[in-house]
Amino acid sequence: MEILASLGDGFGIALTWQNLLLALLGCFLGTIMGALPGLGPSNGVAILIPLAFTLGLGATPSLILLTSVYYGAMYGGRISSILLGIPGDEPAMMTVLDGHPMAKKGMAGEALSLSGIASFVGAFFATWGLILLAPQLVKIALLFGPAEYFALFALAFMTLGGVSSTNQAKSAFAAALGLGLATIGVDTQTGVPRFTFGEVHLYDGLDFLVAIVGLFALSEVFIFLEHRHGGSDAEGRKLNIGRLYPPMSMLKRCTPTMLRTSVLGFVAGVLPGAGASLGSFISYSMEKRLVDKDKTFGTGDPRGVAAPEAGNNAAAGGALVPMLALGVPGSGTTAVLLAVLLSLNITPGPLLFSQNPDVVWGLIAALFIANFMLLALNIPMVGLFTRVLMVPSRILMPIVAMVSFVGIYGISGSSFDLMVMIGFGVMGWVLRKLDVPLVPIILGTLLGNSMENNLRRAVTIDNGNWLTLVDSPLSLMLWAIAIIGFVLPLIVGARVKAKMHERRDEEGSISD
Amino acid sequence: MSDRIFGVVGILLAIGFAISALAIEESFLSDAVGPKAFPLIIAAVLGLSSLAIVLRPDLEPEWPALGRLAEIAAAVVVMILYAQLLTVVGFVIATAFAAAYLAWRLGSSALEAVAVGIGSSVGIYVIFHLILGLSLAEGPLGF
Repeated sequence: MEILASLGDGFGIALTWQNLLLALLGCFLGTIMGALPGLGPSNGVAILIPLAFTLGLGATPSLILLTSVYYGAMYGGRISSILLGIPGDEPAMMTVLDGHPMAKKGMAGEALSLSGIASFVGAFFATWGLILLAPQLVKIALLFGPAEYFALFALAFMTLGGVSSTNQAKSAFAAALGLGLATIGVDTQTGVPRFTFGEVHLYDGLDFLVAIVGLFALSEVFIFLEHRHGGSDAEGRKLNIGRLYPPMSMLKRCTPTMLRTSVLGFVAGVLPGAGASLGSFISYSMEKRLVDKDKTFGTGDPRGVAAPEAGNNAAAGGALVPMLALGVPGSGTTAVLLAVLLSLNITPGPLLFSQNPDVVWGLIAALFIANFMLLALNIPMVGLFTRVLMVPSRILMPIVAMVSFVGIYGISGSSFDLMVMIGFGVMGWVLRKLDVPLVPIILGTLLGNSMENNLRRAVTIDNGNWLTLVDSPLSLMLWAIAIIGFVLPLIVGARVKAKMHERRDEEGSISD
Repeated sequence: MSDRIFGVVGILLAIGFAISALAIEESFLSDAVGPKAFPLIIAAVLGLSSLAIVLRPDLEPEWPALGRLAEIAAAVVVMILYAQLLTVVGFVIATAFAAAYLAWRLGSSALEAVAVGIGSSVGIYVIFHLILGLSLAEGPLGF
């Protein structure tokens, strides 16, 4: 009951003209970004952050805008998957398997609308899951002291590699690199400068927004330059959509699939380090094993379209749970959203629910509203978004680069930050070539300071006794999960990951 | 081979990081842990993971041909010039050139490149500066 009352308050906050308009704008831009190969949820949200700041938006409206983009990108990714057979972003890669064959059979419209409905179902249930699960998680998190928080951060980093990379050493490297970058600047507790090499600009530390935009958006521009991929993937093809609404029988047949994969996707999303890509992957794999008796999966089976789409949208909602309740994001895009919150001086985590309930419940209500908007945008108006696919990347990528520059310059007004961003862009390109995941780097720069502060607080409270870190049953449990999460993929994960990654083409590898 | 080189660079980075961590001047008022401990832990993780990368390298990534590398290097130079000249010549002019260059290198014809450059520069200026009020770099001409 209490939850419904809070949700009611949330709708009171979200249902203002400004917020509705922002949600609509976010959904629209998000769908476009999801649809365009080269822009995904994480870099799409990243380049829009400065926009939220310049509009002078408060915390709730900015979050409404950016999470609408996030949800929208999850919808949009399927469009190019189905029509072109090229995933618009990484979470949509499984949709290619059955969506594209359906389009070839002349059922593109059915595939698009079915996947739109599946996306809606997944996101709808995931938002309910968020409402029910996040407050429970908050109750646990309130028991956390500094030592437990330190263990929790360690857990986030150690499990992140499990699915986001094929090589645990590389994800550990990435996490350490991110944490190391976070230590640059004046030490918050003693006031001594660290790793600044006398450069005044570094005293404040590196702005993580600069790192995010550089790593995600600029490195993408370099990848496109490297392949001189200037055309549009849709060139020379006729994008015929055909009938726009799926027959009832098809919907009926897909309903159990959608419900099952919504639950599965949500669980996958809540787990640290998984995110929407894993959600769509395991949803598809499970459905294939469960219902594919006639071996029709992979040849244009509607259930093979519904499963990954419900799964990735549910996972997108699920990934918001740890970000809001614990302040530890589980995926790249939620890490970017965390960066937004931190820049707005709001610390996510258990206190967010008691101190800023308006932010949390306003956001949740906005997610419901955005989801209905997306359904409306994505079924009757899907033709509009298919035109977007005609934009060649030789026009798109310069605009992406310039908007990134404008955004970062708009926030800081310094050329120094632009230089740092270019540096991160080059670093991102090299690391992507070497198959080093970028998400742990972002997470490291975001969480580094609070991880260190919790460590120092814990040890200082116990008079310099380092064993305090493993003193309570709660922290021991967190450490155990962290170690299992790090070691298990070394033993069993290699096969699953190899399967998941073989489907990933390089230019479309925009992780969420 | 790439991974081995990468790992060695990582190890050197870890050593450098550890040395500069040890060189941090401690203030006379410090907590029980001090500003050095966390960076040293990080350096250890960095070093160990780099070592693992050296010992068990992945398959060789596909490096682009020299020409493509030069392409990226040239784009980086253009971007650096852009960052430096932004405040000198003003936002609209600098952006038009940078966007036109990128469009040209991605395969646009000359005419299209110029159109993309001017279009995105003026478009961003109108949307972000005139409508949204973001302060952009002003050149001698006032835009």
